[in-house]
Amino acid sequence: MRQILMREALREALFEEMRRDPRVVVFGEDIADPMGGSYKVTLGLSTEFGAVRVRNTPISEAAIVGAAVGAAITGARPVAEIMYMDFLGIAMDQIVNQAAKIRFMSGGQVSVPLVIRCQGGPGRASAAQHAQMLEAWFAHVPGLQIVMPSNPADGKALLKAAIRSDNPVIFFEYNGLYNVRGDVPEPEEDALEPIGKAKVAREGKDITLVTWSGMTRMALQAAEQLQAEDGVQAEVVDLRTVSPWDKSTVLASFAKTRAMVVAHQAVRQGGVGAEIAATVYEEMLDLVDVEIGRVGAKFSPTPFAPELESAVVPGTADIVRAARDVLSRGGRF
Amino acid sequence: MATIKADKVLPLYRDMLRIRGFEGKATKLYEQGVLPGFLHSSVGQEAVPVGVSAHLDKDDYITSNHRGHGHVLAKGMEPERMFAELYARTTGYNSGRGGSMHIMDFSLGIVGANGIVGAGVPIATGAGISFQVNGTKQVAVSYFGDGAVNSGAFHEGLNLAAIWSLPVVFVCENNFYAESVPQSYAAKVGIAERAAAYGIPGVRVDGNDLFAVYDAAKAAVARARKGEGPTLIECQTFRWSGHFVGDPGVYRTKEEVEAWRLKDPLPRVHSWLEQHGVTAADLDTMEAAVADEMDRAAERGAAGPRPDPQAATDNVYAPEGVARA
Ligand SMILES: Cc1ncc(C[n+]2csc(CCOP(=O)(O)OP(=O)(O)O)c2C)c(N)n1
Ligand SMILES: [Mg+2]
Repeated sequence: MRQILMREALREALFEEMRRDPRVVVFGEDIADPMGGSYKVTLGLSTEFGAVRVRNTPISEAAIVGAAVGAAITGARPVAEIMYMDFLGIAMDQIVNQAAKIRFMSGGQVSVPLVIRCQGGPGRASAAQHAQMLEAWFAHVPGLQIVMPSNPADGKALLKAAIRSDNPVIFFEYNGLYNVRGDVPEPEEDALEPIGKAKVAREGKDITLVTWSGMTRMALQAAEQLQAEDGVQAEVVDLRTVSPWDKSTVLASFAKTRAMVVAHQAVRQGGVGAEIAATVYEEMLDLVDVEIGRVGAKFSPTPFAPELESAVVPGTADIVRAARDVLSRGGRF
Repeated sequence: MATIKADKVLPLYRDMLRIRGFEGKATKLYEQGVLPGFLHSSVGQEAVPVGVSAHLDKDDYITSNHRGHGHVLAKGMEPERMFAELYARTTGYNSGRGGSMHIMDFSLGIVGANGIVGAGVPIATGAGISFQVNGTKQVAVSYFGDGAVNSGAFHEGLNLAAIWSLPVVFVCENNFYAESVPQSYAAKVGIAERAAAYGIPGVRVDGNDLFAVYDAAKAAVARARKGEGPTLIECQTFRWSGHFVGDPGVYRTKEEVEAWRLKDPLPRVHSWLEQHGVTAADLDTMEAAVADEMDRAAERGAAGPRPDPQAATDNVYAPEGVARA
């Protein structure tokens, strides 16, 4: 299969969906040519589809999302770009009180077919306002879908699915993945992946590592290390959609391994990992020998200094350590 | 000519040289790959913070944006500790926790550079509230770009300052681009004109003319100190570099950048000084001294200790004493 970069895969998804459906419109800051987006994901779109369907906006995040909501509920299918996940705070009312609730409040009269693309995350010394992973904010809000792919094929197939979805989607692109290359099906295949469905990225019988977005690569590395150093076979479940999340895949894996680590780059306290861990406990109460651990960032804003950032944000070694902890607590190690 | 006295101009010129020298050195270091994070250069815009800060006391406050090196240097920061911060050393202004985009020193009234466009505007309004409450004569200046004026924070921040006649001066550095987006695309009206919507004075000046900025800021700061309320000053200027160091700036033509380079704010002051009795040789000496200052500051800044990972989560909270015993 051909191999392309994450940013190219995402760009292909936008091109294909805009060609397929004339109602798809894209707007955000610096997205039009010649800039083509701060991270070049929208490069070429404005040249092919013109200024009515692809618009640069002023720095007006509340209005970008608000206008996307308005367009979505009246017949367009907007893909709004917010340059950094950190800036979603400015648009919070439109996301939380408007986009997420309009279908429900209207008694089902209307849907909100809207995608908010954003990117960011730690790892580049971007400091406290450009490196946050805030998926937990949105996971707390019924009505939103949060999609966080970990590789080019999923990125493309899930972005296409998000654009076709009749629900508001927050589509997060971890910055550290843009230059990652991976197998991606040819455009003619029109490959889609279902929103709300996790993927077993690596099979194993001893412990389940549940993760998503940038952390998936680290979990796969951790699994290799556990195999090589401890003979432990870790199963990696890439959640892909963080809300609503795929309980059945996670529970099925857990039923097999009876041990789990949930790992994310977001702050551990109040993170989505807590929700998953608690749910698995509740569902598996009648099993006695269950062990669950969590990996997440320390309870701190992201520091600027690279050595401090890596002390706060978790990596492969933290997943390995947590897995060993969980297995030794369970007396299996 | 402007209201400025001749003997005041030389130190202001030196401040402009220092901003240019700092940015030049920082850019070079960033291009060498030794500075982490992002870097935004303000070369070309030096006259604005220098002309404004000339009217500010140490206990006046400023809020800044991502392009803040000039603002904070003009308000009194020392390049050595700035470089230390850019290098993420513990000797930096923020102990390596903030970097270029969040550099702060509350002892100098520098509330900080900011990574969120527009965020500093209502924060300056809030500083105005505290001055009013405490009955001081302090003022707050908010620096922001043409891009920030299209944010809700700008609108709400100016309106509040206006209705409460707060001692705030809003200084827009209109460099005609917000990243790649031209100012003329992003709004149908000029920036100074917006002041009318809030019922406050709005003035537009040549932001590359130190004397014009100086005069406009003088009037606005005096008005604020007298309790007469805020002013919006639009300073038209240009950033010579890309949006960030490394941005090739494909959205601007070479001709446009060249034309603005010809309007360089520094030579204008240079020739004024020569006409007023300062010799070219003295100015050359000053320039060399500033270059030397920046080289040494960068060297010393880099020599500071790296932060201890054990201390990574210091200062998330202030100590709470009884309440959090
Ligand atoms: C709320 C918010 N939106 C977007 C950005 C990304 N961003 C950083 S600087 C910038 C352009 C700012 O333009 P302007 O205010 O004119 O300042 P300049 O860079 O020209 O000095 C943008 C879009 C941001 N940091 N914060
Ligand atoms: Mg600008």
